[in-house]
Amino acid sequence: MATTVATGRQVGRSLPRLEAREKVTGRAEYTHLMQLPGMLHAKIFRSTVAHGRIKSVDTSAALKVPGVHAVYTSADVRKVIPDPYYGPAFHDQPILAIDKVHFIGEPVAVVLAADPHIAEQAMQQIVAEYEELPAVFDEVEAADNKVVVHAELKPAGTFADLKHLKGRKGTNIALDYRLRRGDVDKAFAQSAHVFEHTFRTQKVLHLALEPYASIADYRDDGVTIYSSAQGPSFVRTEIARLLGWPENRVRIKVPYLGGGYGGKLYIKMEALALALSMLARRPVKVALTMEEQFYTITKHPSTFRIKSGLDKDGRIIARKCEVWWNGGAYADIGPRVTQKSGFTAAGPYDIENVWIDSYALYTNVTPAGALRGFGIPQLVWAYESHTDMIARALKRDPLDFRKQNLLREGRPQATGTILKDAAIEKVLDRIAERLNWKGPFDHGTGTVRRGRGFAVALKAVISPTTSVAIVNIAGDGSATLYCGTVDMGQGSDTAMAQMVGEVLNLPAESVRVVPRDTDVTPYDMGTLGSRSLFHMGHAVRLAAEDALAKIAALRRELGEPEGSNAPLGELFRKKYGMQAGNIVGTGTYKPDYIPPDAQGLTTNATPFWMVAGTGVEIEVDTETGHVRITRLINVADVGKPINPKIVETQLSGASLMQLGFSMFEKMHIDGGQVTNASLADYKIPGIHDVPAVMENETVDTTQENGPFGAKGVGELATFGLSPAIANAIDDAVGVRLTELPLTAESVLRALRVKAGNPLGDD
Amino acid sequence: MSAATRTINFTLNGRPVSADVKPHHNVVEILQTQFALFGARESCGQGLCGCCTVLVDGRAVSGCLHLAVFLDGAEVVTVEHLAEPGRLDVVQQAFIDCGAFQCGYCTPGFVLMTKALLRQHPDPDDEQIRDYLSGNLCRCAAYPEIVNAVKMAARKSKAG
Repeated sequence: MATTVATGRQVGRSLPRLEAREKVTGRAEYTHLMQLPGMLHAKIFRSTVAHGRIKSVDTSAALKVPGVHAVYTSADVRKVIPDPYYGPAFHDQPILAIDKVHFIGEPVAVVLAADPHIAEQAMQQIVAEYEELPAVFDEVEAADNKVVVHAELKPAGTFADLKHLKGRKGTNIALDYRLRRGDVDKAFAQSAHVFEHTFRTQKVLHLALEPYASIADYRDDGVTIYSSAQGPSFVRTEIARLLGWPENRVRIKVPYLGGGYGGKLYIKMEALALALSMLARRPVKVALTMEEQFYTITKHPSTFRIKSGLDKDGRIIARKCEVWWNGGAYADIGPRVTQKSGFTAAGPYDIENVWIDSYALYTNVTPAGALRGFGIPQLVWAYESHTDMIARALKRDPLDFRKQNLLREGRPQATGTILKDAAIEKVLDRIAERLNWKGPFDHGTGTVRRGRGFAVALKAVISPTTSVAIVNIAGDGSATLYCGTVDMGQGSDTAMAQMVGEVLNLPAESVRVVPRDTDVTPYDMGTLGSRSLFHMGHAVRLAAEDALAKIAALRRELGEPEGSNAPLGELFRKKYGMQAGNIVGTGTYKPDYIPPDAQGLTTNATPFWMVAGTGVEIEVDTETGHVRITRLINVADVGKPINPKIVETQLSGASLMQLGFSMFEKMHIDGGQVTNASLADYKIPGIHDVPAVMENETVDTTQENGPFGAKGVGELATFGLSPAIANAIDDAVGVRLTELPLTAESVLRALRVKAGNPLGDD
Repeated sequence: MSAATRTINFTLNGRPVSADVKPHHNVVEILQTQFALFGARESCGQGLCGCCTVLVDGRAVSGCLHLAVFLDGAEVVTVEHLAEPGRLDVVQQAFIDCGAFQCGYCTPGFVLMTKALLRQHPDPDDEQIRDYLSGNLCRCAAYPEIVNAVKMAARKSKAG
């Protein structure tokens, strides 16, 4: 249908978010704030040892607290759910600890009360005794299997590429992903230069301001769970599996999310809330505190040993990548991070011989999962620091060196998949232009030195995944969209409404987007990995086009002249004699995909590539080590933006979140105990941390197979910031940091070492 | 938990109200459970994130630390009081126009803090805005857009 002047193009509009009014008036709904009649509050008693056998859990004192409804342990849970293990990749996580605990903070028992203060007070009366076992915290140490976290691996069977792990014993390696391209050993032997470096990243967490929350209302004929969840369809499947029920007896309702960032993916508090509601036969709310988020899910700490061989002309001819991912006590989605990010570990470079080993490790700390980038920021941190170090060692300009080795359109990525619609060079060029890289730069004199740096990255989207959407036209011609993509702040409801409006020639503001409810919204794999705009976008487009075709058929049936644009409401009245009826369009999208072979090779690894880069200018105070970012530039390839304003805020927000992970955020862990589990001791970026100058740019591209030329954006600006800053520090003061975060202390220590005057304890 | 319940009287969003509170109840809890007002919400529980901001006698306070009993005799304004039916407050509208939020969880706190800021500094510069809002956290990091929204609200307030 041609767009008309009356409504105009909907795609490409910087429309404010549809839910904006609800949010600024404080009326938007979030699970953490919801109340159901007769609801009980749960307070969780958590393990105080990192690895141990549970000898006893004494709940008698807690039960005596007036107002306590019940106290439950895993023995109670097993009465209602005999095999209470859950998880997306592995069925390894018990609803409450069974026989053993595997990390400090693991849920062991729960108190229920109508008054949350009473539940809290009673919870503190619970006493548990453990027989402590040796524990392992470091990902590289865990690979030795001297201390084994789980006796046997229990892959879930959901993902075909994990099935081979079933029944493996005596190992912490939850997945060993490998890619072999060419002959790395031979290429290293022929190399004129070989460089090897090791990089590490720290444990950080999502820290959504709405902490995890789920409310379960169990009845014998069905259960409804309200949850702050990024993937309602997955939650439904997993809850149905735990119950042995068909999915249609499980209803998952998801209001707006007060932040997700990957933390609220898959299944978190839902299984516990279910079990508690089954036991108590009342609605039960499990709503965590800020502190408890530190014991729920985090980003993967990582160790990345990277080695490159170059010929005499400076071409990278071999790259060997070994990555250890610290997955914590339960796998969550870690094995998928290990694989799906692992295959781009060699970076956006055209390298003939590539070797990648990527290991998901169990350890005795809080589990790790997806966090805005699905492992990519950890990889980019290493490969873009490494690339810069090589350039500097060879006295090559870092830009020229990258451009010499860049992976270009039409060339095979390490998997063998041909690069298409991935504007790596364009992004790099725009960063260089904005930085005026080839121009003069004042590095300063005296105690404050200035530097600049940049980094560029490539990411594949998780594949293959499916999205389904329904567009329903009512008797008055108004349109309603049913889709399972969760709007956690990324603006998906608005973007999806714009796509419906584009196809149906309606103002996007008039399209109603139904809140996620698995009773009415159809299947979607999950809101993750920047996949939704592409996958759900296609499903939404197809559903709207299906509705449009049915409208055209109705016009023909009613004898409307060709080209008639009689209002929809009139057509319905003509057809049904009154304002009645519906036209329902459906759309399903699943891209093509070819799984990798035993060498990790495939000609179709991803339906689209994500490309982004970051440039920074910084000041380093050489007396204190303090680093100040004075200018931050994000450039990304997002295809054709559906909503340019929201795209810009996504880029800006993602980079500022990554600024915290780069500069100061770190979970301090001592003997398995998180020692800074509060916002007082774990700082996140505030308004004073925003660089004085921020620039966000999308390069002019089209994703040819994307809906309206678009592709995902949510993670992009997290990729390149950390190495860009480290490269700029090197540029400013000539020291190289290889471990995040880049604190003033670590800069100062490095400066003192360089000056031959190390700090006393170094 | 058996502590004595006390009845307090205060003005809530322009209307006289009373509430039965225990010594450990905080302002957020009372607003949510007794008045169905959810705009002030607890997040960090330590008065560090600003999600629980309410105005008490014109002053912005952290509702997660401010005990409910202290409201006795006070004048309390929550984010729900700013908009009139069909018409948003100038600060709320500026937050929408500037795209100054993503998930929206922290937004009521920022909106109320901005109201307090503009009362004190009707024409704030960037540094005043940053200083005043430094006690509010936004994990989606919509800070640049928030600064723009504050400036827009200041401009529009002056224009009347």
